[in-house]
Amino acid sequence: MSNAPKISAGERVRYKPQIYMPQMSIFWWVKDRAYVFFIIRELTSLVVAAYVILMMIQINALSQGPEAWQALTDWFATPFSIGLHIVFLILLIFHTLTWFWVAPTAMVVRIGSKKVPGSILIAGNIAMWLIISLAIGWLIVSI
Amino acid sequence: MEQTITLQVQRYIPEQYPEPYFQSYEVPLRKKWVILDALNYIKDEIDGTLTYRWSCRMGVCGSCGMMVNDRPALTCATFLEEYAPGPVRITPLDYFGIIRDLVVNTDDFMGKLKRAQPWLITDEAKPLSEGAYKQTPQEKAEYEQYSMCINCMLCYSACPVVGLEPDFVGPAAIALAQRYNYDSRDEGEDQRNEELTGEGGIYSCTLVGECSEVCPKAVDPAGAIQRYKATGAVEWWQSVLMPWKGKS
Amino acid sequence: MARYGPKEHDVLIVGGGAAGLRASIAITENHPELSVAVISKVYPMRSHTVSAEGGAAAVIKDDDSLDDHAYDTISGADWLCDQDAVEAFVKEAPEELLQLEHWGCPWNREEDGNIAVRSFGGMKIKRTWFAADKTGFHLLHTLFQTSMKYDPIQRYDEFFVTRLVVEDGRCQGVIAIELATGKLEFIAARSVILCTGGCGKIFPFTTNANIKSGDGMALAYRAGVPLKDMEFVQYHPTGLPFTGILITEAARAEGGFLLNKEGYRYLQDYDLGEPKPYPVLRSMELGPRDRLSQAFEKEKEKGRTIEGPYGDYVHLDLKHLGERKIDEKIPFVRELCRKYENLDPAKEMIPVRPVVHYVMGGVHTDINGATPIEGLYSAGEAACVSINGANRLGSNSLTECLVFGARAGKAAAEYAAGKKKFSDGLEKIVSDEGKRIERMFFSEHGDQSESIAGIRKEMHQAMEDGAGIYRTEDSLKSSEKTIKELQERLHRISIQDHSYTFNTELTSAFELSYMLDVAEAIIRSALQRTESRGSHQRKDYPERDDEQFLSHSLAYQTGDGTPRVEYQPVTITRWPPGERKYGQ
Ligand SMILES: Cc1cc2nc3c(=O)[nH]c(=O)nc-3n(C[C@H](O)[C@H](O)[C@H](O)COP(=O)(O)OP(=O)(O)OC[C@H]3O[C@@H](n4cnc5c(N)ncnc54)[C@H](O)[C@@H]3O)c2cc1C
Ligand code: SF4
Ligand code: FES
Repeated sequence: MSNAPKISAGERVRYKPQIYMPQMSIFWWVKDRAYVFFIIRELTSLVVAAYVILMMIQINALSQGPEAWQALTDWFATPFSIGLHIVFLILLIFHTLTWFWVAPTAMVVRIGSKKVPGSILIAGNIAMWLIISLAIGWLIVSI
Repeated sequence: MEQTITLQVQRYIPEQYPEPYFQSYEVPLRKKWVILDALNYIKDEIDGTLTYRWSCRMGVCGSCGMMVNDRPALTCATFLEEYAPGPVRITPLDYFGIIRDLVVNTDDFMGKLKRAQPWLITDEAKPLSEGAYKQTPQEKAEYEQYSMCINCMLCYSACPVVGLEPDFVGPAAIALAQRYNYDSRDEGEDQRNEELTGEGGIYSCTLVGECSEVCPKAVDPAGAIQRYKATGAVEWWQSVLMPWKGKS
Repeated sequence: MARYGPKEHDVLIVGGGAAGLRASIAITENHPELSVAVISKVYPMRSHTVSAEGGAAAVIKDDDSLDDHAYDTISGADWLCDQDAVEAFVKEAPEELLQLEHWGCPWNREEDGNIAVRSFGGMKIKRTWFAADKTGFHLLHTLFQTSMKYDPIQRYDEFFVTRLVVEDGRCQGVIAIELATGKLEFIAARSVILCTGGCGKIFPFTTNANIKSGDGMALAYRAGVPLKDMEFVQYHPTGLPFTGILITEAARAEGGFLLNKEGYRYLQDYDLGEPKPYPVLRSMELGPRDRLSQAFEKEKEKGRTIEGPYGDYVHLDLKHLGERKIDEKIPFVRELCRKYENLDPAKEMIPVRPVVHYVMGGVHTDINGATPIEGLYSAGEAACVSINGANRLGSNSLTECLVFGARAGKAAAEYAAGKKKFSDGLEKIVSDEGKRIERMFFSEHGDQSESIAGIRKEMHQAMEDGAGIYRTEDSLKSSEKTIKELQERLHRISIQDHSYTFNTELTSAFELSYMLDVAEAIIRSALQRTESRGSHQRKDYPERDDEQFLSHSLAYQTGDGTPRVEYQPVTITRWPPGERKYGQ
């Protein structure tokens, strides 16, 4: 874009109307915090995929016998792998939370004629998530 | 001396220059002035060629939406003072074709509204002689929020999907479909589903959620879309698990 | 083959507000074989109907009757309306609002699911249907969305009409600018209905939107149709001082008080009844608009109003209603006050002053919307049937748009169904019009040049000074002189914007020329009505004079800036003129 001259008076210019279609830049998402947040949310879904792949590798190792399994668990114990897992876990928790935050937009819960406020729905969801996680954790530990 | 503020306004006059450019105007910074008052001041006192739409100046006709410092806003409901000391950048609504200066092409949008089939659909027409439908205040409350849309199109400019996928029917149109779907007098949901669960329909939405943030009338189109998806999912599972209960 | 190509229709409706859209649906439902088109300078859902707040009147409750509605309307109008028209109006009103309900309009309901009604100024019984305080918005969107269902209704959105095509004594279409391209088009039609709304923008302080510049009135006036009862301009007693934004009468109907500088409910001093802590119909704050606005002026003379930077004002007090009631019944009032006055009516008083709101007058039509020119019809605020006489009652006008929109639609369709042949060579008018526009607005005048904004400002001043709430011969005469001068100076406008694309400077110039024509009719009619009636108050003639003036004024354009005014007696069926009494 540049500074174009002002319209000159005089003859009215005959023309063909020309609708200008601005192009969307590939960096459209940096111009607004909300968009950045959205992009991070979308990117962290890759971590979910990574976990699925990890699980498949685990199953594969299991089916190939104790040596393969041992090799895999050894690799899991390396500092690199532990670091990676911590990063993945953080991203995964972030991803999960973002879905809790948007949950109220998809759910309208009414008690009587009053709408339940979104913040309560979010809190409820998070509470449920913690309870279920603890229950599973307890199950694993107690077996 | 009266305080002033600079408005950097995007201009586009097709017969004069093939691309948009910026022009700066200095206007008084008056209390109670909204951005639209400043534009009117420019038009009346400085430059009669500046072009934009407006009408009601009370936030209800939906004409005056523009990008103010890159965020979609109703210019008749946005105070100039909030942007002091300036400068303020005024550009046309994002993701729309520009006809001239701040005037965008709304033909597509009008077509999208129609895709929502925004009229009461009933299996059988009720004759006027039978009087009014009954509808309790609670039943009215079910759809009321979605009936508040003024078609200002701010939500379209807040939605990157609209920009990336021009066929996406968009937030306001889906909210409008829901306005009728949730109306106790309406029986047209199936008809609307057929249109809105297909190409460019509700599943194009990736839930950025900004549409609801910018909506001046608290319509919450993002919520309308997610509720639509939720209903769609339930119906899909029903049709898989209980095919005999399928749609009539 | 159509004689004039694809832009030829049987019926063409100018205006996409309540009246225009209602007409279009009436036509396509009754005559699906006819081709119908709606042309509008803004997208239909942006029409001014969208701003109407309070409600729409029609009798549906058991304690009400058609005669009561008719009587309230007629006495409110100070007997200057045609009673046959009022009778038709009240009779068809309930069906029209019911039709809207069947199309989906979200009317407010009672607990049991029936339609709810509220009280309104000048109405003896509660009969105003409402959709919160966004009635016009919901009504217009319902109509517009319903109209989308009918494929035969064609639309010319953002086309600006510059003249009517009248040949061989018949109206045969219009000439319009397509805003997006600047192209001048002839749109042929066997009948044309003008539903272009009012002309409040002639005045500086108004609740009216920017598009209300009396276009249709001026178009008809130029084509030879008289403008009826133009001297009657309604002031609404409660507008926000700077913006002119309306605080709906519903705020008073729900129990709001009007207080002067001393916190006193001053209306009790003006024959409007005794102050009660609760709203009483046809009394005090629920008196008719003309009387309330006049009371304000009197208070101002006594120095009992409050001085502000945008003129004097009084207070509208809603605090005692409580947050809950305000949110339930008048949420938009709260929204508007917060947004534009930065105050919360649940906690603070609202500053208000009278603002120009509505014109009772308009294009002269009969009870079916027909004007004296064959093939030309009109309905809505642009038309004067007349049911509003000297003062319109709040909430009658949305209903009027529906009842007479439908009536005009049917009449215009029937006329068009006769399939009269178009005259030859009409397309030539387009090139003439193009030349006229170039000459009129694009000629160079050097340092003699006039600006649109300058002329507009002077017109505003002249109208407020001369033709405001109280008028005198002197004030009117001096305004008439100014308007004439401004009409001269209008010819020296030279538009800076030479683009064809969406040229709003050009449309503003047109609107200004329309407003000046309508202004001349308002002033002349007001000068010649040497009595006081309803909203027309002459200080030099304070009494109503039924002997001379129980008749409509008809202003004809003469070309020399002074219209010729003729009179036509009002139709009286069952309600002989009486005294207007309120507060009893
Ligand atoms: C703030 C406010 C509140 C109100 N509240 C109430 C209420 O509560 N109850 C009530 O009964 N009444 C109310 N009224 C009055 C009522 O809203 C109007 O009288 C009514 O809406 C007029 O409708 P209409 O269809 O005649 O015109 P409008 O809705 O004004 O439509 C005019 C149409 O004509 C078109 N047009 C005009 N000129 C041209 C041209 N040159 N070329 C092409 N198209 C053109 C416009 O684009 C528009 O579509 C209110 C009015 C105001 C201002
Ligand atoms: S949903 Fe909100 S933002 Fe979108 S068009 Fe409607 S009112 Fe405007
Ligand atoms: S001018 Fe009507 S919404 Fe802003």
